[in-house]
Amino acid sequence: MIYNASAECMDRKALERLQMERLQQTVKHVYENVPLYKERFDAKGITPGDIKTLEDLELLPFTVKDDLRQTYPFGMFAVSMRQVARIHASSGTTGHPIVVGYTSEDINTWAEAIARTLSAGGTTVGDIVHNAYGYGLFTGGLGIHYGAERLGAAVVPISGGQTKRQVQLLQDFGSNVICCTPSYALYIGEMAAEAELDLEKLPLRAGFFGAEPWTEAMRKTIEDCLGIEALDIYGLSEVMGPGVSYNCLLKCGLHINEDFFIPEIIDPITGKPLPPGETGELVFTTITKEAFPVIRYRTRDITSLSYEKCSCGRTFARMQRVSGRTDDMLIIRGVNIFPSQIESVLMEIEETEPHYQLIVDRQEKSLDTLEVWVEVSANIFSDEMRKLEALQKKVRHEIEALLGISVSVKLVEPRTIARSEGKAKRIIDKREI
Amino acid sequence: MAVTQISVFLENKSGRLAELTEILAEASINIRALSVAETVDYGVLRLIVDKPDLACERLRQAGFTITETQVLALEIPDRPGGLADVIRLLSNAGINVEYVYAFVGKAKDNAIVVLRLEEIDQAVKLLKKHGLEAVPAENIYRM
Repeated sequence: MIYNASAECMDRKALERLQMERLQQTVKHVYENVPLYKERFDAKGITPGDIKTLEDLELLPFTVKDDLRQTYPFGMFAVSMRQVARIHASSGTTGHPIVVGYTSEDINTWAEAIARTLSAGGTTVGDIVHNAYGYGLFTGGLGIHYGAERLGAAVVPISGGQTKRQVQLLQDFGSNVICCTPSYALYIGEMAAEAELDLEKLPLRAGFFGAEPWTEAMRKTIEDCLGIEALDIYGLSEVMGPGVSYNCLLKCGLHINEDFFIPEIIDPITGKPLPPGETGELVFTTITKEAFPVIRYRTRDITSLSYEKCSCGRTFARMQRVSGRTDDMLIIRGVNIFPSQIESVLMEIEETEPHYQLIVDRQEKSLDTLEVWVEVSANIFSDEMRKLEALQKKVRHEIEALLGISVSVKLVEPRTIARSEGKAKRIIDKREI
Repeated sequence: MAVTQISVFLENKSGRLAELTEILAEASINIRALSVAETVDYGVLRLIVDKPDLACERLRQAGFTITETQVLALEIPDRPGGLADVIRLLSNAGINVEYVYAFVGKAKDNAIVVLRLEEIDQAVKLLKKHGLEAVPAENIYRM
């Protein structure tokens, strides 16, 4: 289902004209109202009048996460507090949190983006949406909430945690749609299995999963385990929150709400824009936001873009599933490693489950070691040691073949690896660098 | 004929074995035989108990990874060479013994060993021909 066909299926030429018009307004808006942007533009000798075509976007300086930290809390706001309707903030595990603001018009735009997202996965008026994203400063909970209401669905604002109760309510209410992180979806699946609840028999039909990287194989596991369509939803609070891009039911990339955001892919080292199809760092410029516009914001997410029209009818550019983050990247003995690579190996080996943790350490002789912890579930447990050892060896070989470095694999008991109710903690880096 | 053995995946960390044995104690489950196979990181504990179904249920509830395996309990003469004779017989017939361990209890003058084999039925027939009797499961649980 297409929530807003006149936008989502817009002719590309018309879309580009709209983007150009909105980009010019945004550039003028930030130049006049955000000191940091004015300073940066001036340093490059650029004025808003220099932006005449979409290609001129390249002339503008990048914005990075640290810029947002330096201006904590409200330095990047482009409107006065009188116009701000809501403030969200990122968790900020290191240094200051990132604080973002929204005018009521921004919240409207956001609700529209989420309504398109939920609709693309088949959500409709009359559906019950079980929203297990965290409510609060995190953009996930309220972001989905407003969008689901906009669409005309009934929202259950359950937020995260109390998983047993979540399973109970999913069953009692007969919810049609679930929204949470993919790792939490697996956890709910486990709890339901423990409660001997057959999720396939429930009216639950689709799930919108995001806020952490996941893989195609994990999608399949979630779909099998919950008996639903598992759809990818992408966003980040610096740009807006969830709903920047979304899967349609064809699940071939995520449609970017291009009438609100202009995407680019750049080489993360040189900063040069890359042509469609090439993999690099995703960069966004917001073109409708009033309170917190960002110019060429470097997301650190690794993906590629396609401008081909989707068979669903949408003309918006599609980004591939995010395959990693430039800052999640582990460098072990000089090799770049993304946790998602290891996850994909585990998912391809039939017996193993996607519950894993990576322990990185450095030995005395300064050699880095990577230990992969894999949980032994009842389906892979054999009473014969040689079979367990063979499995361990198989996992090790497959990972080594993909990464090109030696690793050790440790089999651990189920539930050894902490289940997070938000983002899964996949890496423990013990190195003192 | 075959006896149900419960195998438990145990990580080598303190307190796990204590936890497991306490769960069995609380459910008044008596251990008839046990053996442990181990590596540096983990071990497999193999148990024969008087109430296998209850034991499985309780251990699963407590989050242990377990599996059930059918094994053969065999009465053999309690004298030097008693086990050697049995193993030789099986070996000559091409029946591979995955592992073997001794039983805690005794039956009259004989010892009891637990054998894990691929071809249980074939082994039972073969051993019977040579006067060696498999101990019925009920007897093992009741011992």
